[in-house]
Amino acid sequence: MVSQKVVIVNKSGIHARPAGELVKVTKLCTSDTLMLYGEKVINMKSILNIMAAAVRQGTEVTIQCDGEGEEQDLKRIIEAINSGLGE
Amino acid sequence: MMQKFEGKSVYGGIAIGKALVFHKKEDQVCRKHIDDPDNEIKRIYRATDKAKEELHKLYVKAVIEVGEANAMIFEVHQMMMEDQDYVDSIIHMIKNEKINAEYAIACTGDNFAQLFSSMDDDYMKERAADVKDISNRLIKILLGKEDNDFIPKEPYILVADDLAPSETVQLDKNKVLAFVTRKGSTNSHTAILARMMNIPALIGVDFDENCDGKAAIVDGYEGTFFLEPTTEIARSMLEKQKDDIRKKELLQNHKGKENITKDGRKIDIYANIGSVSDVANVLLNDGGGIGLFRSEFLYLEKDTFPTEEEQFITYKTVLENMAGKKVIIRTLDIGADKQVDYFGLEKEENPAMGYRAIRICLKQPDIFRTQLRAIYRASIYGTVAIMYPMIISTNEVRKIKEIVQSVKEELSAQAIPFREVEQGVMIETPAAVMISDLLAEEVDFFSIGTNDLTQYTLAIDRQNPRLDDIYDGHHPAILRMIKMVVENGHKGGCWVGICGELGADTSLTQEFLKMGVDEVSVAPNFILGVREKVRSLDLRES
Repeated sequence: MVSQKVVIVNKSGIHARPAGELVKVTKLCTSDTLMLYGEKVINMKSILNIMAAAVRQGTEVTIQCDGEGEEQDLKRIIEAINSGLGE
Repeated sequence: MMQKFEGKSVYGGIAIGKALVFHKKEDQVCRKHIDDPDNEIKRIYRATDKAKEELHKLYVKAVIEVGEANAMIFEVHQMMMEDQDYVDSIIHMIKNEKINAEYAIACTGDNFAQLFSSMDDDYMKERAADVKDISNRLIKILLGKEDNDFIPKEPYILVADDLAPSETVQLDKNKVLAFVTRKGSTNSHTAILARMMNIPALIGVDFDENCDGKAAIVDGYEGTFFLEPTTEIARSMLEKQKDDIRKKELLQNHKGKENITKDGRKIDIYANIGSVSDVANVLLNDGGGIGLFRSEFLYLEKDTFPTEEEQFITYKTVLENMAGKKVIIRTLDIGADKQVDYFGLEKEENPAMGYRAIRICLKQPDIFRTQLRAIYRASIYGTVAIMYPMIISTNEVRKIKEIVQSVKEELSAQAIPFREVEQGVMIETPAAVMISDLLAEEVDFFSIGTNDLTQYTLAIDRQNPRLDDIYDGHHPAILRMIKMVVENGHKGGCWVGICGELGADTSLTQEFLKMGVDEVSVAPNFILGVREKVRSLDLRES
């Protein structure tokens, strides 16, 4: 299992569109991908889960990948979040 | 009986037409016991495939109509439909409770919608509609129903409780005149769509359910929705709509164009403003500059003299917003019909001819110096020019220049930076017209204030409504005076503008061009109308 902290840069937080972009990335991941934010554990392959978490701009979250390909998956997710999820 | 409803406008414009209520058809879903859960789950997968296909079509249609960024909501819908949590919840219900697919979907949709609408984020609350939308789509497919049959033949004002994105995108856009919804927000898809379609839209309108088919008007500027309007309202709204359409046409056809006649004569079209908030309208209407910045508002809206700093910030803001375009500030024109208590002016028999404007400035130079210092300090932020009102003699101009000189010296001594500023006078008294040859030697430009000039020349009080019928701006005396001022100005090396109401009078534009007027300054809303006129003229004809 690997994990890394990252700060959400999107101006309106992770709303529908960035959540969609994020799911596009996690769907390609072979490991289990979770976002830890406060006490919430968010399944990053579920767009409803991500949206319901309502993560705002400036929030620091932990991305956690577990399973085959975890290293590469984590790197991919962090890159996508840092680049603003298509925004 | 006319009914009037208030709402919040999310896009301006006027629409007049028939109201049609868009009823959501929530399909009745019954709970049924089933014996073969696996078959039920297969039905779900088939329905999901079909729904994804539909959503893809909507996505493509939306990309064309509202752009990729706004269309992405349909991609999000596809993802929601395939969402593990969503699908798991449905399958779990079917297996455990042995219930039909439709019912499992309806329950799951409601649960997720509930989750979103309980969030304290307005944007996320809206997403409840998205989850419901995808669930309804699946149910509709399972029930074998067609997508939508709301196809009115005539253009209409669409009235609805709320509109889901999939509903708005399916509308025939050529038929919709306006949107009126009870729910929705400025973030909603309806609002986005209205902006893209350039039609008025109101939200938060608590309309009457019985409005179907009634005559209706939407005023997207005031946020009002009328049902069965009175003839009076209808007539005034029709006027407003005409103005609106004309304005939009002008913007579309004349924005960004040069002010030039067919035979190549150019003229500057500037704007008159009375406060900082007018600047936005000047830029929207493509003003070439500000030809008359009435600085009085700084004095009128306060209980004491505005400080140098306050004035400086105001001038700086306007100059920065105009980004290098010329801004002509008229020094304070208090007195006459514009009275301010703290000036302590005595009541006069005849204020129009009394202690006002430059007369106050020269008798109370402290007030004048404060304004001049503020203008000079702001001068480094753009292109500023100053003009002085109510001039009747060269002596006044020389006194002004002395004060200006000493203000500049003072600023230099304090090492405060400033730029050279063009100096001009208003020509608004017959005296100034008659000595315009002499005034031209003293200053850089003239601006003819036709309102006061007409009043003084014709000896007609502008405030007296009984004289309205003989107050004639087209009086040959006025036109001859303008011609004379232009000629004398040009001989003395001055450019000459018109900043009174006549400047916007397009029946005189041709004459002004022939006289050689260099600039007209008009209310921001008239700029493009005058430009249209200028561009239609050919001075070689007639």
